[in-house]
Amino acid sequence: MDSIDALKELLYKMADDQLIIGHRNSEWTGLGPILEEDIAFSSMAQDKIGQSEHLYNLLNQLGEADADTVAFTRNANQFHSSRLVELPIGDYSFSLIRHFLFDFSEHLRFEALRSSAYEPLAQVSKKFFGEIKYHTMHANTWVNQLGNGNEESHRKMQESLNYAWNYALGIFEPGPAENILIDDYIFIGEESLKNRWLDTIIPLLKKSGLTIPSEDTWKPIFGGRTGLHTENLQPLLEEMTEVYSIDPSADW
Amino acid sequence: MDKKSNQAIESIDPRITRAKIEQTGDKSDMEDLAHFQTFEVFHQNKRGAQHKHVGIVHAPNPDMALLYAKEQYARREVTANLWVVPSSCISATEYSDDDIFSTTPEKKYRNPASYKVIDRINAFKKRGSKPSDKV
Repeated sequence: MDSIDALKELLYKMADDQLIIGHRNSEWTGLGPILEEDIAFSSMAQDKIGQSEHLYNLLNQLGEADADTVAFTRNANQFHSSRLVELPIGDYSFSLIRHFLFDFSEHLRFEALRSSAYEPLAQVSKKFFGEIKYHTMHANTWVNQLGNGNEESHRKMQESLNYAWNYALGIFEPGPAENILIDDYIFIGEESLKNRWLDTIIPLLKKSGLTIPSEDTWKPIFGGRTGLHTENLQPLLEEMTEVYSIDPSADW
Repeated sequence: MDKKSNQAIESIDPRITRAKIEQTGDKSDMEDLAHFQTFEVFHQNKRGAQHKHVGIVHAPNPDMALLYAKEQYARREVTANLWVVPSSCISATEYSDDDIFSTTPEKKYRNPASYKVIDRINAFKKRGSKPSDKV
């Protein structure tokens, strides 16, 4: 695997994560707990799909097919997204916890990539850094509100955190040729990113009255990065691509 | 009503059907939101400009009100800053007292556009010279 392949692998997993969680979160549109939250959550879901498009465009510049083709014509086993993002939306506590865990990883990833030696990726990362910062502010405010809320809200948030935890650790599945990216100053690598993520979220969760599972129970759920997904991804793709499958030239 | 009214809503939108929303006439959900309040939102488009009132959001506290103000009122506009103020902090005149304003439209001399300086401004515009120049 050469440097370009390693870079493509990084871009694919980022873009696929954004696309799938964007689609998942958009499932709340019209069903959000209150009007304002419905709009905010939908708007952020749209942001994520927009970010994925920019990353697919970078892949296109590296010789991959165009964004629509890549997004709408692959099967589940060709997606590099983590398993965390494909899980069903569950109840709102799970969607918020996933939003918190994923978006902080994303924010720190884009933060690191702002100084990537691969200039087009550094540009995209600078462009979206602020947008994703708002997503983490939104996530943290909610987690704080409900974690410190009443007994029921606290219990639901803690249960969702326990359930999501090993999936969230799966975000940081090491890439097959990460050393090339690290040596070329393109990316800091998943292990370093995970450590930054832990340092960031653990104090925030503590402030919210929530505790992460004890370290001896951690078992990262890998597989997503190499196309091994849960049964939840293929139905999502079929729903997402329904219009495209009927008429690939449809426009509105 | 028979028990059918509690069946989950079926929709052509698969997301709605999946959400298993029960059809009930129960209004208790609204009562749960009683601790929410309204906040007035003020939007500033650039630093130094005045904040302009743009509408309200419902939220349980100022932090969440700011989150919502961002998506309601700053997702399309250029924005430098937002304020939120609890609506309960606003004191207002009574519409029934709006006759206190009835003669103001006549007092054109209070409007800077009608004031003497307008001659100097127009002269300045015409000559394209510095504002400090004598007319």
